[in-house]
Amino acid sequence: MDKMRFKPMLCSRLTLACAALATAIAAGGGAADAQEPIRIGSFLSVTGPASFLGDPEQKTLEMYVEELNAAGGVIGRPLELIVYDDGGDANAARTFATRLIDDDEVDLIIGGSTTGATMAVVPLAEEAEIPFISLAGAVVIIDPVKAWVFKTPHTDRMACEKIFEDMVANGISTIAMIAGTGGFGTSMREQCLDAADAYEITIVADETYGPRDSDMTPQLTNIRNTEGVEAVLNAGFGQGPAIVTRNFAQLGIDVPLYQSHGVASASYIELAGDAAEGVRLPASALLVAEDLPEDDPQREVVVSYKQAFEERWDQPVSTFGGHAYDALFIAVDAIERAGTTDPAAVRDAIEQTSGFMGTAGEVNFSPDDHLGLDLTAFRMLEIRDGTWTIVE
Amino acid sequence: MSEFLQFLFSGLTVGAVYAMVALGFTIIYNASEVINFAQGEFVMIGGMSSVFLLSAGVPLPLAMLAAVVIAVGIGLALHALAIEPARGASVVTLIIITIGASILLRGLAQVVFDRQFHSLPAFSGDVPITIAGAALLPQTLWVLGGALVIVLALGWFFTRTLTGKAVMATAHNRLAAQLVGVNVRFVLMLSFGLSAGIGAIAGVLVTPITLTSYDVGTMLALKGFAAAILGGLGSAAGAVLGGLLVGIAEAMGAGYVSSEYKDAIAFVIILLVLFFLPRGLLGGKAAERV
Repeated sequence: MDKMRFKPMLCSRLTLACAALATAIAAGGGAADAQEPIRIGSFLSVTGPASFLGDPEQKTLEMYVEELNAAGGVIGRPLELIVYDDGGDANAARTFATRLIDDDEVDLIIGGSTTGATMAVVPLAEEAEIPFISLAGAVVIIDPVKAWVFKTPHTDRMACEKIFEDMVANGISTIAMIAGTGGFGTSMREQCLDAADAYEITIVADETYGPRDSDMTPQLTNIRNTEGVEAVLNAGFGQGPAIVTRNFAQLGIDVPLYQSHGVASASYIELAGDAAEGVRLPASALLVAEDLPEDDPQREVVVSYKQAFEERWDQPVSTFGGHAYDALFIAVDAIERAGTTDPAAVRDAIEQTSGFMGTAGEVNFSPDDHLGLDLTAFRMLEIRDGTWTIVE
Repeated sequence: MSEFLQFLFSGLTVGAVYAMVALGFTIIYNASEVINFAQGEFVMIGGMSSVFLLSAGVPLPLAMLAAVVIAVGIGLALHALAIEPARGASVVTLIIITIGASILLRGLAQVVFDRQFHSLPAFSGDVPITIAGAALLPQTLWVLGGALVIVLALGWFFTRTLTGKAVMATAHNRLAAQLVGVNVRFVLMLSFGLSAGIGAIAGVLVTPITLTSYDVGTMLALKGFAAAILGGLGSAAGAVLGGLLVGIAEAMGAGYVSSEYKDAIAFVIILLVLFFLPRGLLGGKAAERV
């Protein structure tokens, strides 16, 4: 099985080599001036169960590396992107990261679609002292802070806090939780249980469902029969939350239903149908790019990324590709400020990133914050008439 | 009381699907003693084909019919291309072939369809029917009704038609059936087509409730297998009873005990049955071969 997943993406290396050559010739310098490329190594879950993460991430990196090279590269040097597909397997991720570091001698690593793959590679990046920007969600990646490791997506804890903030604003203090038992649901459930006290929210029912379950009415019946529930929070991912939403409507539970950012995709609305009306969730601004007010500081970046991605790949933009966009441009920005690819200088420059506007929000790294996002990065959305509406 | 009824409805809905998968296992097992682990994939093919035909503009009833026909075609192809060439091989070898076929079908589904989850519109709307405080989706009645029709039709087929009787004869004694002129190879082919069709019908009926994707088959096959074991491998009535019981046990377990162990319930049932009731609830008595 493992062997099948070994699928190095030579194509992207070749096309980039060509692109690099073309850039060198276009610059009029000829071969003598050809600069050593900046090597960006990446391992992503392009296939396998986490392919919905890795696929848009790879497409984003490819697209923008091409664009940067066409514009003359970074600090006068072309970029070379090396992508390996870990198939969602942490072991494969570790193997490929070793190859990136030892054989490909990359200058920095952007990758790790899943938390598992990221955590398998963290020790390697730390030991080799190579900057590593992860695209995975969990808070363990940057807490405690690791010198060489950064990440771009929001954490699940922030999603909990954003939801609780909205609940408090609506006078809700007693809630029921239902969570998937997959990695995402389990982690977010723990974070929510932990964060609830700070918002004086009491969780009176705590149910779970398996990632492949097709019926959650028993769990929701228990929630319905629990005294005093003012809202229900579902931490989950994939098709589970869509079924929860349908069963919720089927049982006629008449309190607000909150979902997590894990369902922030058009397919959720499609799968849940009419039952999704009125559901609230925190999500990245990317989801409502065109609906953001003109003066929103994030508008420009999310609208241009969304349009570029959808035009190039003819598929809807996803927040996951946005994480790769943020990571790439944080790295480019840092290399430009450092003026070199010396790993220590690039690491320091990444850590000094401030006021960087990405698809996930404004990034301000510091020596003790390698995530650099705050709650404003999330937008509270409600589903109305089958589409997302900003409710802040 | 209303919660008990709600758990029961939930269990019956899921259980009816397990029952149809278990029926598919039973038919092929009877004809060949092979457990066809690609049975869950037929359910997937039924659901996914109708979703994609529907989105291609085919009207829903026609799309569902075509999906069942496609699944039957794949069932027949599975028999002709994988089982038939290996005839004479041991039962274990054939079972391994079906596991391979299920992996192949899942892989093909990823390429031919996609890796997303899909749904179908419910046949008679989404407005739940309230019975004594418990909500029941109209689609659940379709699923239960569909399962009932299939059981009755199979009962008629196996007891009232010559072809059906030939299948039963093969199930009872393959060699004797062959000696009296039953075309055993045809019976096996028929059983593959039949169980593929039943699986696809199950897939079409439940997709509006449970959603579908390329990999829903694996878990359904395992649960359906548990149901078939519980009911007694080889017994059609046992398959239905086993399916409903596994579904209800899961729903009651999730409701009254803990939803954490829902999936474990089916497998605990397999273990208990194998320990204490190796023939299942309605399985025939074993005749020792001397």
